[in-house]
Amino acid sequence: MASLKDLRNRIASVKATQKITKAMQMVAAAKLRRAQMAAEAARPYAERMETVLGNLAGGLVGNAQAPVLLAGTGKTQTHLLLVCTGERGLCGAFNSSIVRLAREKAQLLIAEGKDVKILCVGRKGAEQLRRIYPDRIIEVVDLRSVRNIGFKEANDIATKVLNLLYAGSFDVCTLFYSNFKSVIAQVPTATQIIPATFPERDEAEAGPVYEYEPVEEEILADLLPRNIAVQIFRALLENQASFYGAQMSAMDNATRNAGEMIKKQTLTYNRTRQAMITKELIEIISGAEAL
Amino acid sequence: MATLPFELVSPERLVFSGAVTEVIVPGAEGEFGVLAGHAPFIGMLKPGILTIKTGGELRRFFVRGGFAEVNPAGLTVLAEEAKPVEELDLATLRQQIQDAREDLSDATSDEIRQRAARQLADLEQVADALERGFAPVTKH
Repeated sequence: MASLKDLRNRIASVKATQKITKAMQMVAAAKLRRAQMAAEAARPYAERMETVLGNLAGGLVGNAQAPVLLAGTGKTQTHLLLVCTGERGLCGAFNSSIVRLAREKAQLLIAEGKDVKILCVGRKGAEQLRRIYPDRIIEVVDLRSVRNIGFKEANDIATKVLNLLYAGSFDVCTLFYSNFKSVIAQVPTATQIIPATFPERDEAEAGPVYEYEPVEEEILADLLPRNIAVQIFRALLENQASFYGAQMSAMDNATRNAGEMIKKQTLTYNRTRQAMITKELIEIISGAEAL
Repeated sequence: MATLPFELVSPERLVFSGAVTEVIVPGAEGEFGVLAGHAPFIGMLKPGILTIKTGGELRRFFVRGGFAEVNPAGLTVLAEEAKPVEELDLATLRQQIQDAREDLSDATSDEIRQRAARQLADLEQVADALERGFAPVTKH
């Protein structure tokens, strides 16, 4: 049986861990609020962009001269999976669930005989994917040094993706990230960004007829690459919020578990202490009786 | 005077939202003013100064990259970069001009070269305006 000193040490160490997880939970909660605000602030831009692009693209479907970003390269042989995960662990199943979704998609594509390439954003996802597909990862974007994710980071990633596309390295690009529903629900999501997809709309709710300056094709050619950046930006922000949400609930759990552990250990400690006192008393009494 | 709802949105935040009398937008094919009741319109932006008029008051914003959309519900400007002129600092702008210069010298095709040259000219114009102060705009 463990001695009293061992038990005391054990309780002290669990208490120290609990303090750390508690602090991490509070930090995550504070950061979550900011990340959530950032994600919400980015929403109007992305939504407007989608509407306008939807309007523009509607008129060009089936047009042979539609830009590559809209119509695709005409092939679906090579797929690029853009997997956005967090840079840190200690956040429950956040990273693993995104990776799992990406892995399932990759397995499906490989089974169909397609080529799969992976571009990782975030260290954690890259670490996990490297174990399964060591040869398929073409690049890892590290955002560890970035404090607040700005549009610039998203734009840099978008430029990378576009350069790959223009170099003919892939035909279809799918973006993986975690959609922030609430603090307790983060849904791993896959969105195809190249060729672009837009939600179907009824003819009846089509907006007013717009005048364009310059011509529609030119606007579209400018907006489509921008849209890629916007989509990635949105994914990064959603991810950020999801990450802190996941971390908060993971740390909350950890704190609670530590509390339970302390309770159990304290009980054992007290029992052992009492047992020892009783044992000493018996020794003294039986010693006195022997006299 | 009739007002129109106006929103200036950048990817990071909603920069301005409110009812205004007139907005002058730096369009890719020339500046255009938008008043209440404008016909539905979508136009690209060039880097430049966007001016908002509310009553007799003027507010200026630097915008870069994106487009303006006018629909019956009002005017929305989506810009990759949008900030009040007061927050614009000349050093960043210089940096952008420098980048544009490099783009121009790196250009591989005529089309890219033309676009880079236009971008550079627009940015230089803004820097120029910023240094000299703005030309007075007639008040309504």
